[in-house]
Amino acid sequence: MKSDNIISYSPIADSEAIISEANKSSSAQKIVLAGNPNVGKSCVFNYMSGMYVDVSNFPGTTISITRGHYKGNDVFDTPGIYGVGSFNDEEKVARDIILSADVIINVVNAVNLDRDLFLTLQLIDMGKKVSVLLNFNDELKKRKIRIDTKKLSELLGVEVFKTAAVDKQGFEKLNEAIEKAKVGNQELDLHFMLQQVTNKSISQAEALLILEGDESIAKKNNTECGTADERERIYIGRRNRVNEIFDAVEYEDSKKGEIFNWFGRLSLNPITGLPILALMLVLMYFFIGDLVSQRIVDYTENTIGRGFFEYNLKSIVAEHSDTKIDVIQFDTEGNKIGNKSFIFTEGLNSNEPLKKEFEHYSKVEGAETHFQFSNFFLKLLFGEFGIITMTTTYLLFLLLPLVLAFYLIMALLEDSGYLPRLATMLDRSFNKIGLNGRAVIPIMLGFGCITMANITTRLLGTEREKSIVTAILQFVIPCSAQLAVIAALLSGAGISALLLYVSVIGTVLIVLSTVLNKMLPGESSPLLIDLPAIRVPRIDNILKKTFFRSWGFMKEAGFWFFIGALAVGLMEITGILKVWQNILEPLTTTWLKLPKEAANAFVMGMVRRDFGAAGLFQMSLTVMQKTVSIITITLFVPCIASFVVMLKERGLKEGMIIWTGTWVAAFFIGGLVAQLVI
Amino acid sequence: MANSTLDKARKGMPVTVVKLPSGDIKSQLIRLGISEGDTLKCIVRLPGGTIVVKKNRHEIALGFDLAKKIKVILQ
Repeated sequence: MKSDNIISYSPIADSEAIISEANKSSSAQKIVLAGNPNVGKSCVFNYMSGMYVDVSNFPGTTISITRGHYKGNDVFDTPGIYGVGSFNDEEKVARDIILSADVIINVVNAVNLDRDLFLTLQLIDMGKKVSVLLNFNDELKKRKIRIDTKKLSELLGVEVFKTAAVDKQGFEKLNEAIEKAKVGNQELDLHFMLQQVTNKSISQAEALLILEGDESIAKKNNTECGTADERERIYIGRRNRVNEIFDAVEYEDSKKGEIFNWFGRLSLNPITGLPILALMLVLMYFFIGDLVSQRIVDYTENTIGRGFFEYNLKSIVAEHSDTKIDVIQFDTEGNKIGNKSFIFTEGLNSNEPLKKEFEHYSKVEGAETHFQFSNFFLKLLFGEFGIITMTTTYLLFLLLPLVLAFYLIMALLEDSGYLPRLATMLDRSFNKIGLNGRAVIPIMLGFGCITMANITTRLLGTEREKSIVTAILQFVIPCSAQLAVIAALLSGAGISALLLYVSVIGTVLIVLSTVLNKMLPGESSPLLIDLPAIRVPRIDNILKKTFFRSWGFMKEAGFWFFIGALAVGLMEITGILKVWQNILEPLTTTWLKLPKEAANAFVMGMVRRDFGAAGLFQMSLTVMQKTVSIITITLFVPCIASFVVMLKERGLKEGMIIWTGTWVAAFFIGGLVAQLVI
Repeated sequence: MANSTLDKARKGMPVTVVKLPSGDIKSQLIRLGISEGDTLKCIVRLPGGTIVVKKNRHEIALGFDLAKKIKVILQ
């Protein structure tokens, strides 16, 4: 549970696929980097693999397994772990890669040697060939700590190399570290016990995990796994050996080297931590809310996506097919100044003069062009909700900039060491709704993209926590696309509208999470996280992380956006979309007291949440009508992509309950407010 | 010296761990370097009872519900 990989992970099946794929090149050695979180593993990995890295993470989100090549060998990076086991999904992935390794390079944080050696000894107990990199060697000098590496190497029975990842000091010895990797000193009693379990099909490494109670490894080998007591006994024995080794090799010359972590302390305590959080949020708002989601996305989506990509693609499609084209011209203030319809029954190319006129008319600054194809398949592929046109614009020109921005911020917060402290500070408040502080991560991401956040719920400890967070995300958290429109609507509506909106949504949040916390069986996992030192993040690591995670997300979610678009396209062509509108109309006019066109906005909200909100923007509504409609649209169903991803993550039953619940909540609560204030 | 639980610790107070709760969480604590018999220093106690302890040179945060289950001797 650490910031290093706080939002990365992938299911096991995939890691197995990747490992076995790597098996094909048989002469190459499989070198695996293993270590606790924040020990500088990725620096070593980046150094070894250079620019060319395969990121493999199919249905797992973000980076899970990165593979590079180093001098003819495969190098694998693993998520940071405190021990090999199966306490969470990250560990399972790391475990599978470690089991398949020929050589393990164990990266150790020299400053926290006592903590990190637990994993080192476990790797040695597995009987794997290991070399240790004692990283953060530069920090040791600053802190006036000495470590007797010769003695450490003797006690462990493996080579120990001093490195400082920051300036790549000692990295020239990596070759030697790989060549000289060897099986280390194992505790005799334990080794003897392992020999009883080890046989042709069970390696010593697997035997150790079986003895330590890893059910899935035991099952794979058709054998019984050790009890929890047995694991505890082995763990305590190992911890004691760590302490003995640590006492024998480490000397602290003076306490003066101790660094007091002012910022770390300040960000923990609510009195100073809350203002720090507020400042962070304001900065985030300016970066994501203002710069990226308004200015950048406005340009990429409208100018590049619609204006260039869709316009040209649709024009080509229209050359030979029956098409009706509506062009609306706007002035710089956004007022409509003219519109024209062009009808090409035989396609654009059959009527050159009209084509010229159309091109001339539609290329005026600020013109909006709507193509209507009469052919069923063309409509499905290239129409308003076309699988090719809408999904491409949405994924590449709207979502991608937002996802990049959000992952960049997350990487900065993680690598600086702030995120675990934020989780700690907020822990107690999250406890009240059956969560622990780590839930802050998916919820924060939800303000970017609910789909992204739905996938990130995987980092939570128990199923009940995942259910609670998934429900909160679908019900009350507006995504960035929607937030922009909500903010625009609210800004003209005054303070009372804002207060009403915030208090209604806040009440729903509290009631919903309290009810779920009471209703769902079981217990939530408690907070237990290591707080890494606060440090200035390394820009290359940040960029690499941002890129890999965004790539991982787009690869995983992209497909579901296509499925979503296909569903909507079919609904539109078959007229089901119209049926929805007709069903919602009476509810909208009588119960929500909104004009009947608002029903259209709600139906569009099922496709893309901001479509729904944007639809409201064009209507003339009173202040309270605006408030009611944004309350309704916030509570209303998530967009089609997050709906599909939610079904995949949480299962059909739970997904449908949440989805239906958002319908009921949106109309019931929106209506209740309408009856009271309009 | 008094038998107590970790959530009762105050800022700056050294505590000796007497008993950890059983189950997976115990293994996780041992991995992080918190075992029975160890002496830790409580460096922060947040309102509500979230505890941050220091073991040698690293800091670990524990939720209130977990801290409540760890038996310690306050010094």
